[in-house]
Amino acid sequence: MTIDVPTSRSHRSLPQLQPISFIGADGQPTGVPTDGLTIPSDRTLLGLYQKMVQVRRFEAQVTHLTRQGRLATYPSAAGQEAIEVGATTALAPGDWLFPTYRDSASLLTRGVPVTEILSAFRGDWHCGFDPNEYHTSPAATPLATQTLHATGYAMAAKLKGEDACTLTFLGDGASSEGDTHEAFNFASVWQTPTVFVLANNQYAISTPLREQSNATMLADRAAGYGMPGIRVDGNDIAAVFAAVTAALERARNGEGPTLIECLTYRMESHTNSDDPTKYRDAEEVEHWKQFDPIDRLEKHLRTARILDDATAADITASAEELATSVRDAMNTDAEVDPSELFAYVYANPRANLATQQEKLEAELATAAQP
Amino acid sequence: MTVTTATTAEDAPTPVSVTMTKALNQALRDSLSDDENVLVFGEDVGRLGGVFRVTEGLRKEFGPERVWDSPLAESGIVGTAIGMAMAGMRPVVEMQFDAYAYPAFEQIVSHVAKMRNRTKGKVSLPLTIRIPYAGDIGGVEHHSDSSEAYWCSTPGLTVVTPSNPADAYSLLRDSIASEDPVIFMEPKSRYWMKDELSLPVQTAPMDRAQVVRVGSDVTLLAYGPTVRTALAAAEEGAEHGLAIEVIDLRSLSPFDDETVSASVRKTTRAAIIHEAAQFGGYGAEVAARVTEANFTHLSAPILRITGFDVPYPSPKLEEYFLPTAERILDALESWDWEL
Ligand SMILES: Cc1ncc(C[n+]2csc(CCOP(=O)(O)OP(=O)(O)O)c2C)c(N)n1
Ligand SMILES: [Mg+2]
Repeated sequence: MTIDVPTSRSHRSLPQLQPISFIGADGQPTGVPTDGLTIPSDRTLLGLYQKMVQVRRFEAQVTHLTRQGRLATYPSAAGQEAIEVGATTALAPGDWLFPTYRDSASLLTRGVPVTEILSAFRGDWHCGFDPNEYHTSPAATPLATQTLHATGYAMAAKLKGEDACTLTFLGDGASSEGDTHEAFNFASVWQTPTVFVLANNQYAISTPLREQSNATMLADRAAGYGMPGIRVDGNDIAAVFAAVTAALERARNGEGPTLIECLTYRMESHTNSDDPTKYRDAEEVEHWKQFDPIDRLEKHLRTARILDDATAADITASAEELATSVRDAMNTDAEVDPSELFAYVYANPRANLATQQEKLEAELATAAQP
Repeated sequence: MTVTTATTAEDAPTPVSVTMTKALNQALRDSLSDDENVLVFGEDVGRLGGVFRVTEGLRKEFGPERVWDSPLAESGIVGTAIGMAMAGMRPVVEMQFDAYAYPAFEQIVSHVAKMRNRTKGKVSLPLTIRIPYAGDIGGVEHHSDSSEAYWCSTPGLTVVTPSNPADAYSLLRDSIASEDPVIFMEPKSRYWMKDELSLPVQTAPMDRAQVVRVGSDVTLLAYGPTVRTALAAAEEGAEHGLAIEVIDLRSLSPFDDETVSASVRKTTRAAIIHEAAQFGGYGAEVAARVTEANFTHLSAPILRITGFDVPYPSPKLEEYFLPTAERILDALESWDWEL
């Protein structure tokens, strides 16, 4: 009996060591090999710049409102705007996005209205928006579970011969969950049109990356699943956008899934209730400021004479408008209807829920009497 | 039990002997034929036809794009089925054995059960999770669990279990057609049970319990594997002058209060029988809710005749663990019958 020994691999085995990056922290070309990716046009980059400015303003405003107690909790993606905006913008309208709690900015980029994005964080029980309208799944909080939903959705699209691809975000911490590994494996075995965007911000709440994984880099894991893995500078939106665009193109061509690890840093605390001084020092945060995704793109665009003061002022003004609309939306208390507790649990109505609803309504009626 | 066939009397095929496995297989075949969105996948369900042969022949008939062997990971199976259901499919997935559904627990409890609620009804998950369960087949450890209480205590799930081939067919077809996700629990020890029937068959609605033997003295509430045990106890009880009514619950969640209360008000005594351990088990919920609704009609406390509060035992010890007809009758004797 003989065992077949492979003579080649179906894809380039491991990602290059240096993260792919077009635009350096100083706004200049990095000269890093880009593994066949091409830098987006300056027009595209200007659009991405505008969205990042909006998203940053949004995150700052929501964080502020959370401190004031207008939201129950909020995980900000400040510092990670290039991943949120770059990856989401690369999607076609018919593609499906599978976000996490960290990815409100991707929902904003996808066009979900502010009040709907923030509904769950304000303490409501539902995701706030119609997933079918925005081709976007409710944000998942149980870590990594959404990676499987993205894989399954893509499998269905493939079976139906539809063009839709799926994209899902996950964190460095979530990459240790079993579901991540199952999703990578299922997606690769089934060759589903799925893009896994791993936002490696180097912390899972307080746990640093070195205690999360002993791999040289998280993108290395793709090789074990027979899937291409690449690592990009997650603060260079040109690299993120180019990598996701290329991965979606492969997916659409029937060439299966891709893992894209985006190196970044979370500038805010995990959520408002976290105390990051317990696990990281101020110098580290300071250090990361020089790699800011917006600053560097602004430098690049100004050098390329695509962005001038007037356009920059317009962009800032539109971000302020967005902030105002966020404040307005959050200044009115969300109406809740206790009867809705029972309305959507089952498609087929249930007697026990009806009885409990009646009791609650009777309670409320009594309470309402003078 | 009342069984109505879907066809008219003239062209009704003559009943043949059908095992539960065969009935389930036919239900899957008919669902696959009727609705192109139905997909069947899981561990070894394709080429092998499943370790219990429930999916036998389906891959060949419908092709590997409708019926296929997935990688071996239960959370992956359920998690991807969720994504497929979001895309408009009706996946039917198999957990190879009861205890091997546990890796999928998070996906089932946090997503399958909740998706409809957290999307305000915009996204339903019409998926069916088939779980062979319970013991009495000489299975080695981890192959005989009864996990129904976990699923039943999760709002958002529908949990059904057939006790006979006709219900196996009818309940599985209804589960696959349901907009709500269904945990479909298949009693392993009854897979090879045969009944004379002609398929397709439509039995009682999926959310209803069925009186399978009429009696006036006691109501035995049973489901899945214990229905046969309860019927045996009723048979034996009759020899001693005890008229035992037996109800096959069929639907564990929702619970058919109406059918059960009507019976209990008539007999004034009830016992619930299941293989799973007693403490925190499904029987506790049944005893409590039936008592709450019928307290003044009851002559005695509702009894639970169940497995012991120990892990499911090895094959050599399972006969001591499983509720038997004798144990049921002994338990009934513990009541004060003068009341
Ligand atoms: C299954 C599960 N376990 C634990 C948690 C609690 N939790 C929420 S976020 C988080 C850290 C996740 O870190 P990472 O994946 O790196 O994402 P990040 O928050 O950095 O964006 C933890 C432990 C959870 N949501 N789900
Ligand atoms: Mg992280």
